[in-house]
Amino acid sequence: MKIGIPREIFEDERRVAATPPSVHKLIGLGYEVLVEASAGEAANYSDEAYEKVGAAIAADTKSLWQQADFILKVRAPMENSTLGKHEVDLMKEGAFLVSYIWPAQNPELLEKLAARKITSFAIDSLPRISRAQKMDALSAMANIAGYRAVIEAANNFGRFFTGQVTAAGKVPPAKIMVIGAGVAGLAAIGAANSMGAIVRAFDTRLEVKEQVESMGAEFLELDFGDEEGSGSGGYAKQMSDEFIKAEMALFAEQAEEVDIIITTALIPGKPAPKLITADMVKSMKPGSVIVDLASERGGNCELTEPGKVAHHHGVTLIGYTDLPSRMSKVASDLYATNLFHLLTELTPEKDGQPVVNMDDDVIRGLTVVNGEDVTWPPPQPEAPVSPKPAPGTEEPSAEQKAAAKKAADRRSQIGKGILLVVTALALYGVGAHAPESFLQHFTVFVLACFIGWQVIWNVTPSLHTPLMSVTNAISGIIVIGAILHLAQAENLAVGIMAFVAVLIASINVGGGFRVTHRMLKMFRK
Amino acid sequence: MSTGLVSVAYVVASICFILSLGGLSHQESARRGNWYGVAGIIIAVGATLASVGDGGITAIVIAVLVGAAIGIPIANKVEMTQMPQLVALLHSFVGLAAVLVGFSGYIEPLIATAGAEHTIKLVEVFVGIFIGAVTFTGSLVACGKLDGRIDSKALTLPGRHLMNLAAIIACVFLGAWFLGTDSMALGIIALVIMTVIASVLGIHLIMAIGGADMPVVVSMLNSYSGWAAASIGFMLGNDLLIVVGALVGSSGAILSYIMCKAMNRSFISVILGGFGQTTSSSAVADSDQTVHESTVDDVCEELRNADSVIIVPGYGMAVAQAQNGVSDMTKILRDRGVNVRFGIHPVAGRLPGHMNVLLAEAHVPYDIVLEMDELNADFPDTDVVLVIGANDTVNPAAAEDPGSPIAGMPVLEVWKARQVVVLKRGMATGYSGVENPLFFKDNTRMLFGDAKESIDKLVGGLRA
Repeated sequence: MKIGIPREIFEDERRVAATPPSVHKLIGLGYEVLVEASAGEAANYSDEAYEKVGAAIAADTKSLWQQADFILKVRAPMENSTLGKHEVDLMKEGAFLVSYIWPAQNPELLEKLAARKITSFAIDSLPRISRAQKMDALSAMANIAGYRAVIEAANNFGRFFTGQVTAAGKVPPAKIMVIGAGVAGLAAIGAANSMGAIVRAFDTRLEVKEQVESMGAEFLELDFGDEEGSGSGGYAKQMSDEFIKAEMALFAEQAEEVDIIITTALIPGKPAPKLITADMVKSMKPGSVIVDLASERGGNCELTEPGKVAHHHGVTLIGYTDLPSRMSKVASDLYATNLFHLLTELTPEKDGQPVVNMDDDVIRGLTVVNGEDVTWPPPQPEAPVSPKPAPGTEEPSAEQKAAAKKAADRRSQIGKGILLVVTALALYGVGAHAPESFLQHFTVFVLACFIGWQVIWNVTPSLHTPLMSVTNAISGIIVIGAILHLAQAENLAVGIMAFVAVLIASINVGGGFRVTHRMLKMFRK
Repeated sequence: MSTGLVSVAYVVASICFILSLGGLSHQESARRGNWYGVAGIIIAVGATLASVGDGGITAIVIAVLVGAAIGIPIANKVEMTQMPQLVALLHSFVGLAAVLVGFSGYIEPLIATAGAEHTIKLVEVFVGIFIGAVTFTGSLVACGKLDGRIDSKALTLPGRHLMNLAAIIACVFLGAWFLGTDSMALGIIALVIMTVIASVLGIHLIMAIGGADMPVVVSMLNSYSGWAAASIGFMLGNDLLIVVGALVGSSGAILSYIMCKAMNRSFISVILGGFGQTTSSSAVADSDQTVHESTVDDVCEELRNADSVIIVPGYGMAVAQAQNGVSDMTKILRDRGVNVRFGIHPVAGRLPGHMNVLLAEAHVPYDIVLEMDELNADFPDTDVVLVIGANDTVNPAAAEDPGSPIAGMPVLEVWKARQVVVLKRGMATGYSGVENPLFFKDNTRMLFGDAKESIDKLVGGLRA
């Protein structure tokens, strides 16, 4: 079967769906590969490089589309204005297609593809499961976009990212807020952090807190009950009104303080949420920069102009929709590798014949048109339930769990109450009836217990064994009691008992300290 | 020496002991801490000797010297792997000493008392002897179990909780009789009967606790020995004994708590024992699962190509005395630039912190020896995990199978690493008796054989 790699015609699209190394591997899967002339030019791959690894070069656009049985593309098929035809109409009937398709936004395109019986795989509809990660072009591109967003911000920002103290004065570090800690957000955090900026990040999904912190940013947390923003497949979901209100208040507060805002908030299948209002932009310091990675879907900031750089109230708003394409080389490399992995899954026999196995979760999710049927949307993926319940045991629902927790809390409350009452009674009993001398010792005892409690919690876990042996040695202090008895012994039996007690307690003291010493000597850096 | 000076000496000794425990918060200050402890004991004993004058001084000195002459050589000789037994044995000495001092105190009280004070004193004697006796026999049994002389399986007699309860009730009645009688002879009889019952109770309590719970038991006995000393202190009216007893008692209690937490078990359920006996639920492995066996050469190859290696040692490493080989291997790998770290589960081994001591003995730098919590997040980025003689502490069933008896116990998530190599003698289960699905995972390779031999071969292979 012949794979065709057309030149992208979308404006400013510099990526290409296959690179010479990936073409080489595709040929290894039993395919023939046809590349449109200068398809890889914008990504710095020459036609000769493709020819060298065994690809044929199609001189013009039309011949490529007509010869290929399997089209690999970046952007969704669109109207080709020079030829005056839609790319779908250029394709062979019954061919295959892999590209971004955005099926939710483009129902007409799906109809069009189905009408021409083109089996289509939307790389953007890949299920988010671990097996599919190697094909996850969205993540690969988001990673690039996040990095590039920081670069674009730096380019439009009039200061250093890192704080410096120089002979010519002190420069404060840039403060950056990243909204949405998905792949793009994390990549942006990493890039900004490594350039020396102070980075803060916000996300509705509390589970990403650790990831944010691991990238070196501070996680901005809303003090807001139990609402959690994780939806199905690891994406965010829409939040309640109160939550959004609290969130907006936080952004308004941060906007006054930070120099750069990078927004990456997207909810699958919905327009991007408006998180940065015009007022917030106004409140930012002059010279600040906002990079809106959600601009293609309407933007997170009210003033963003998709695809452009805008200036409002002294703030630069970057709304580029082609950030990955601006790093066309690495973007093409990663995208081509994603597609190669997909083709590997599609061609189990390595004979150049794709097999659409609709029982495979990954392939099922990707396939938006199968022959003449539109197969989108796929059945819902499972929510992220981490531990699989064992067969037969039912997972208790959230309410049951909450109820059980409440009951347990109440029980422990009651337990604590009872304990308090008993302690109070016991103390009263001791105070009311015990003689003076006992009370003195009792005071010492209680205080010593507390000191022990405080001191022992500080002991490092690696020294628990020495702790045991040293407390052991110390508890040999009982030797004192034995000595006192031995000194005053009148009765022979008491004398013998006391003698034995002194002896064994001394073994304890000597042995305990000696062995502790030996152990501690071993600990070294 | 005047009583005032003795009291001051005791205060100084108390401070020394507190500093001694406080010193253990860091490796750097720990050794100084130990010397504080020694100083405390010397001050306390010295002051006591000065205060008693000439009476029985020869006997005392002989007893102390003989005791020290026995204790220190034992401590010098003991292998680090035998640490748990030694600690348990030493606990039993404290218990026995408490019993003996308790009896002496009853027969020949140091201070004459009357009325309520007398009653309180009798209670103190009784309680002191009771705790002492339980500690004594319990520690002996624990020592025997740790040493392998007694079967480490939990002994579960029918109605064992009732038996324990009956023993305690009997002791309470004896106590009431003991307080009621004026006759010394009858009192001694009551005490002796109680001591026997308490001894049996100690044996029975510890017999019922399985080997996997030994770290809890040892620290619990540690706590008991402290409380025994404290109650003897009350009996003698000696604040130093009270302070030290309270320190040791709370130390042991906290350690037990930490250990229980690490196994996700309540203290009560550990004490009541019988763990690992009623466990044949859903965790029974399917018989058609296969293990992937590996060879020394393959493992060497894996290690050579790895960037980061985490070693997870368990009791098996201690048994095989493989820690020196492991240390050599660590050194070789680190010299090659491999990031080698150790992951220690809080209950690895038979004693809290057991693995740390063994690794320290083998000169593994302590800054690469990390706790479970510090390391768990790093497993997904790790190339090779070497599991040496650990089993339950790396059991994925604890995290994945809610029906498993160890479900919910925090474990080292080694299975998330790219490759896991398990060094093990055979396919036997760990102390908890639970099947380990780790061995059947696709990224797990088993290297069967004695851990020491395997490690030595690996070291040879890596050097070549």
